[in-house]
Amino acid sequence: MMEDTATSGRASWFQATARQRLAGLLDPHSFTEFLGPSERVQSPHLHLFDLPSSFDDGVVIGRGKLDGKDVLVAAQEGQFMGGTFAEVSGAKMVGLVRAARDHKDLPQTVLLLMDSGGVRLQEANAGELAVAELMRAIVQARSAGVAVIALVGGRAGAFGGAGLTTATCSRVVVSGQGRIAVSGPEVIETNEGVEEFDAANKALVWSVDGGKNRRLIGGADAFAEDSMEGFRAAAKAVLAQVPAFDLETMQAEQERLAARQKRLGACDDAVSMWRILGIEDPEAIRDMDGKNFAALANSIKEANHDAR
Amino acid sequence: MQTLRFTHKAKSRLPGKKDEAIIGVVASGNLEILLERVLPGTDCEVEIATPLRGYEETWKAVVAEFVERSSPGGLRISINDGGARPDTVYLRLIQGSALMGAE
Repeated sequence: MMEDTATSGRASWFQATARQRLAGLLDPHSFTEFLGPSERVQSPHLHLFDLPSSFDDGVVIGRGKLDGKDVLVAAQEGQFMGGTFAEVSGAKMVGLVRAARDHKDLPQTVLLLMDSGGVRLQEANAGELAVAELMRAIVQARSAGVAVIALVGGRAGAFGGAGLTTATCSRVVVSGQGRIAVSGPEVIETNEGVEEFDAANKALVWSVDGGKNRRLIGGADAFAEDSMEGFRAAAKAVLAQVPAFDLETMQAEQERLAARQKRLGACDDAVSMWRILGIEDPEAIRDMDGKNFAALANSIKEANHDAR
Repeated sequence: MQTLRFTHKAKSRLPGKKDEAIIGVVASGNLEILLERVLPGTDCEVEIATPLRGYEETWKAVVAEFVERSSPGGLRISINDGGARPDTVYLRLIQGSALMGAE
């Protein structure tokens, strides 16, 4: 049946919907949804703009098992309004992370399946607040010993507030198709001109914002193949090495970022950064397959650090 | 937004154990369908929220064709439309009733 092929281990994460990703990521039949679609907790604002709502407002939350381990999960649906943070979609994620923070009987691992262009413009104030509340909740949850893992590999990437949220997590998993940044390519082009960043140049966009660069410069801790199995394996691997969230970790991260800025700050493209990182043939990175790339990234010092 | 509501008597109750299912996404040219087994007997209700006005007759025909073919008795079907074409609507309805009919 169609559902099965879309959620099988080898199915594409990039192409899948939020619900298909959850079905493919978690152990079979282990998922229980909170505030499911039949409860119709949806946007109270979109109809004012003559826009259709979604029964789950584009975020699916719940609990399940990953390789037998209990986890809480939130998945953004990048195809609905760009997976944006809004009043309801944001509150669902904030509530989930706060629940993990406050209730030790709940799973102490939260997986955030990010797929979002940022804040929903039609609900911008509520969306901005949701991003701030979510980042605060993640920091508080991490202080309380909760592991919050971001998985990035959807069509909308993780931009704006979603990029900020991702960077706040304990660990970040990204695929080659995944993108992580704050200002999106079109935003940069509009404000700074096409000479600064050509948003139509997909190779350029992915070389800068894409998963390979993020992995190599230490913006992501694991590289996943674009498949359910790929994200499952990478999520399991990072769960085994979640850093402590304390002053020492923060100071190490601050030092790492300052050193990175000094080392790579003058580069004007990704390939020159990769060369400085000591990669022999940086031009070959773009076409390298997932397995070889993951192995290469694991051997690069900048990509592997204890901070975050 | 325009809301359309159709009520039908199906030929039979839709077999299967699932109480609810959801299929599709609200995106351009796509739609989201929520199916709930909440109605008595062979009743079937379909409610559609669509941003495109003026397609009542098309919706009516697609829904009638689906009810005729799938006999979705007992189902309340709610649709959030993102501007899907009739063939996509029909496909999603069939996929949704197949999900409800699965063991």
